[in-house]
Amino acid sequence: MLDPPVGGTPHLGFGSAWMDWFTDERDFKRLSRRSLLKLTPVVLVGAFAIPRLRDSLLEKGLAFSDWASSKWFRAGHAAPTYPDLELTPLTQFPLNSYDVDDPEIDLGSWTLKVSGEVQRPGEYTLAQIQGLPKVRQNTRHICVEGWDVIGRFGGARISDFLKLVGADSRARFLYFECADDYYESLDMATAMHPQSLLCYEMYDQPLTRGHGAPLRLSLPTKIGYKSAKYLTSLRVTNVLARKGYWEDQGYSSFYGL
Amino acid sequence: MRRGKPGAVIAFKAAKTGNLIRAAYEHPFAIRFCHWVNSVSLLILVASGLRIFMAFPSFGPKVPQKDFLHVPRSLTLGGWLGGALQWHFTFLWIYVATGIVYLGYHVLSGHYRQVLFTPRDLPGVWPMVRHYFFFGRKPRVTHPYNPLQKLAYTSATVVGVLSVLTGAVLYNPVQFSLLARLMGGFHWARVWHFAVMCGLVLFVVGHLIMVILHGWNNFVSMLTGWKKNPEYLP
Repeated sequence: MLDPPVGGTPHLGFGSAWMDWFTDERDFKRLSRRSLLKLTPVVLVGAFAIPRLRDSLLEKGLAFSDWASSKWFRAGHAAPTYPDLELTPLTQFPLNSYDVDDPEIDLGSWTLKVSGEVQRPGEYTLAQIQGLPKVRQNTRHICVEGWDVIGRFGGARISDFLKLVGADSRARFLYFECADDYYESLDMATAMHPQSLLCYEMYDQPLTRGHGAPLRLSLPTKIGYKSAKYLTSLRVTNVLARKGYWEDQGYSSFYGL
Repeated sequence: MRRGKPGAVIAFKAAKTGNLIRAAYEHPFAIRFCHWVNSVSLLILVASGLRIFMAFPSFGPKVPQKDFLHVPRSLTLGGWLGGALQWHFTFLWIYVATGIVYLGYHVLSGHYRQVLFTPRDLPGVWPMVRHYFFFGRKPRVTHPYNPLQKLAYTSATVVGVLSVLTGAVLYNPVQFSLLARLMGGFHWARVWHFAVMCGLVLFVVGHLIMVILHGWNNFVSMLTGWKKNPEYLP
């Protein structure tokens, strides 16, 4: 073995003909092979090529993302709000419905049926919901497809309504059903967020049929598909049989923004 | 048998020819491991990202929608938006984890000095560019990485970090609202995320061309760590 260089980090400069040790070719080949074998854990990524493993791994990956996202959700952190100037005109606010643009709700007899972990279950009228303090906010609505609009939403805080019906705030979820058979779930932390609304107005006008009349969700801290339209019932619950129309097909169930 | 340590040089006699061969340990295990896992992750993230992009292939308004480009299905991964999101939301963690280990190892071991571009490398960039693109004379090779290489790898690393930051804003623009504001809001973060992806793809293409041009011995060094008879050894 020759002398290693004096001082300095070897790989910074190979100025002199030195070497760390002398060996033979067999030894070098063994050394190289061992180095290569240490890399074999990399092939574990190949598990994603096996269909059965893949589905469960991807499900776990998505669940991990949801978990992380729920960990850095801050109840006291407000979604940005915007001046009226930045509003997307209502005519350019996309109508994303999952089957029909108008499930033909009879607005006159509409009620929201409330059940589950609440002290006062039953049917609630729009007037009762409108009797709660009204919040108007210009917030960004972001679709999972990638587009986003800034809309003006008006309604009652979900948290105020939960107080009205005497909901157990230790319950984990809210579960909504809609007139068009859409359904959606919401974690309690997001439901209690001051910007989470039972929305009955857009752009200071009563909801149009296309935008979910008479009542929809507006959730500035959630991806768009969580803001369900045409609400008909709300259940406060600790267990979810179904997570949501899109969620049950493989989309994220938390998807906080 | 001795273990390789970064920068180690060994010599041995080739059995057939009797020539003296020297080999340098250029890439420690952590770097090789992260390199390969990260490259698989990047491939998957780009392919699934393109599928996600195809759900709304525009940077303009939704109404009226003007498509920016159409990516052939064969270049995408996930099949549908939900499937692509699953791939993206799974591999982003593998990408981030290997990125952190890669950066952490470089900093803690001091190995970054082999590859980090510093102002001292600046004068050496142009001669390398002249050599590669304008048939200029080949500068003398004195280090494992030449100045242009250092510039490429250092920028790719910075762009890699940006890919994570822009992605974080797309995923959670409310929680990372400060970062979102720095990027001009959610809408612009989407543009940056796409641009950063293009930058990384360009880097990978350039990288692959150089790897092919530099041959087997150089390629093997990212598998075993050892490079035989590197030019910088006198």
